[in-house]
Amino acid sequence: MTWLKNALQQGVWPWLCAGSVALSLLMLGALLALLLTRGLGHFWPAALTEVTLNSGDVVAGEAVRDMPLPDQSGSERLYFTGNRDLDDARWRWVATDAIARQAQPENLLRLERRTWGDFIGYLEAVEVNGERFTGDDAWQQVQQALSLPTAQRARYQLTLRTPQGQTLRQSLATVISAEAPNAMHLGEKLGAWGSDVWQFLSQGPRAANTGGGVWPAIFGTMLMVIVMSVIVTPFGVLAAIYLNEIAHQGPLTRLVRVGVRNLAGVPSIVYGVFGLGVFVYGIGGSLDEWFFADALPSPTFGTGGLLWASLTLALLTLPVVIVATEEGLARIPDAQREGAVALGATRLEMLTRVVLPMATPAMLTGVILAVARAAGEVAPLMLVGVAKLAPQMPLDGEFPYLHLERKFMHLGYHLFDTAFHGEDVQAAIPLVYATALLLVLIVLVLNLTAILLRHHLRRQRGSEC
Amino acid sequence: MLAPRHVDHATQAPVTHFPADQRCLTIDRFSLAYAGKPALQQLTLQVPRHRVTAFIGPSGCGKSTLLRAINRLHDLNESVSHSGDITLEGQNIHAADMKLTELRRRVGMVFQTPNPFPMSIYENVAFGLRLQKRLAKRQRDDIIEWALTSAALWDEVKDRLHHSAWQLSGGQQQRLVIARTLAVQPDVLLLDEPASALDPISTLKIEELIRNLKSQLTLVLVTHNMQQAARVSDYTAFLQQGELVEYGPTDHVFTNPRLQRTENYITGRMA
Repeated sequence: MTWLKNALQQGVWPWLCAGSVALSLLMLGALLALLLTRGLGHFWPAALTEVTLNSGDVVAGEAVRDMPLPDQSGSERLYFTGNRDLDDARWRWVATDAIARQAQPENLLRLERRTWGDFIGYLEAVEVNGERFTGDDAWQQVQQALSLPTAQRARYQLTLRTPQGQTLRQSLATVISAEAPNAMHLGEKLGAWGSDVWQFLSQGPRAANTGGGVWPAIFGTMLMVIVMSVIVTPFGVLAAIYLNEIAHQGPLTRLVRVGVRNLAGVPSIVYGVFGLGVFVYGIGGSLDEWFFADALPSPTFGTGGLLWASLTLALLTLPVVIVATEEGLARIPDAQREGAVALGATRLEMLTRVVLPMATPAMLTGVILAVARAAGEVAPLMLVGVAKLAPQMPLDGEFPYLHLERKFMHLGYHLFDTAFHGEDVQAAIPLVYATALLLVLIVLVLNLTAILLRHHLRRQRGSEC
Repeated sequence: MLAPRHVDHATQAPVTHFPADQRCLTIDRFSLAYAGKPALQQLTLQVPRHRVTAFIGPSGCGKSTLLRAINRLHDLNESVSHSGDITLEGQNIHAADMKLTELRRRVGMVFQTPNPFPMSIYENVAFGLRLQKRLAKRQRDDIIEWALTSAALWDEVKDRLHHSAWQLSGGQQQRLVIARTLAVQPDVLLLDEPASALDPISTLKIEELIRNLKSQLTLVLVTHNMQQAARVSDYTAFLQQGELVEYGPTDHVFTNPRLQRTENYITGRMA
């Protein structure tokens, strides 16, 4: 053991410490890199390959990944082939040894459709108003017509041919977008990528959450976090002021303080159960009996909703806000309090004019931590108001605009739902990465905003605390 | 102008008496205890108006405790109990009709470490004013300029009144705190080791300020620095273990102390 002792004395310590920092950074970097490449890569218009097998079969689609065969005799490749309405499978594994020929024809198309998912194949002809276009003319007609409103697009009839030779007639109204990725140059691909990312951010989900965007989930997450902050901040700050400034500092106060700190460690699902029992069934049920008796037995507030979810998360994050605010209050030197009191300030004036302004950065820290925790919390929400698919947004143009009783969508739950409850897991994987990336970004943006605000407040006062 | 001195037989301490019209503060058999532990015992002392009175004594002798008692700062601490009277200009400061905020306006206090609030220089000085009656901005500006001038700080800060007070140097901060107190026009200014955290030049400025301010109000100074007490104060009270040992004109106490204990402390022969 002497060598270890010597090594420690001779300055291995700094290396060990630096090593742990490096390892943590590496893991964080790897996490972000994974989310960024998989999440954002999903929207990149990937090349489509037409593969002819030794058996003569034709497979066309996007190569997703390679996997070695279990007996080490080669590998197999997964293709996304689409066309679920025609051959009942959107994915096909192909042994790489079985591939006879590969090609990337420029006229191979990928159509995003409202039903049955993507179509991959060729455009034979377009008929509109009795005219018939074929070849490049047809493709140009389709590209122009895609920007038209649905009613006008319905007049376009497409004749499509699968790589296997089947023909399919379809109205353009069912097509959301069309691209020929093999014919696109880099600029076009970037444009297509940008518009796909934008659609993901701005549109609602389609096809049982395996397609479309996540806008309702983004909106629901943000709104829930905001309502929660509005509830938790005053409660937490007032409780911290009481504990630190007003309460007699005896064993009881210490006990309460220890209790509050330990509440932060209670598993979140427990809060979910509490929210369900007390808020949803208890308070919500009573509210329904008193004010919404006409609507019974269908519940108004007696079921999960935005208000109950926000309240539950407010309860969950309350200890965080209390502890952070209390630490901020404790850091303020007593000389500041005495200085204010010695000038003839009452206790309330001292608190509101000197102590609270000085503790604002600490309060903001508490709110940041609370927001970050709330935005990522899923388990309790499943009990108190999150929905797989919310038909109406909780904030709209209809009086009273903010509908606190409505169910809402949440990114964390959406992620869970997409990953484990979708009918097509392969299609869900990239969406899961993209949603996870978005969740990280939202927490990051919320945190950055609060940090900048805190920095601004500190600079304004030239203070250190 | 000096009143005759005689020995108080109860405490064996020589006590200086002033005629009633010269007394600003009268402390009469005042005792104070922290959670039952006595910190001040049967103190009797008169502080003359428009003079500088210094409290000296070893650490823990109770001089700061006495100073804070005059401002009733101990009210913030529930474990403090007291008996005896402190009278400010004939009014008992513990009387039921004495409003605490009014007492603290009339008795300003400056602490050991400068404690400007995290606001602008202007707002710091305006703090006490804003707690009271509403003033027109013009009037408030005038008072702030007067207070900063009285605290010998106006020339240094007049161009940056709206900058953060925390950017000032320690000595400037302490003078700002004095200006902040002066702005509410107190009768008494209590200074608790106001220069102990400052460099020698800032200390000199504060001392000069203390000497100048006595034309406006009564000052009570707690200090560890014997030379400082000798330089700025007119009267000196020596406290030891919560008791008043000796009180008299500063030159008498320093050049010709009555008691051996006082002489030992002043000459640095504390065992």
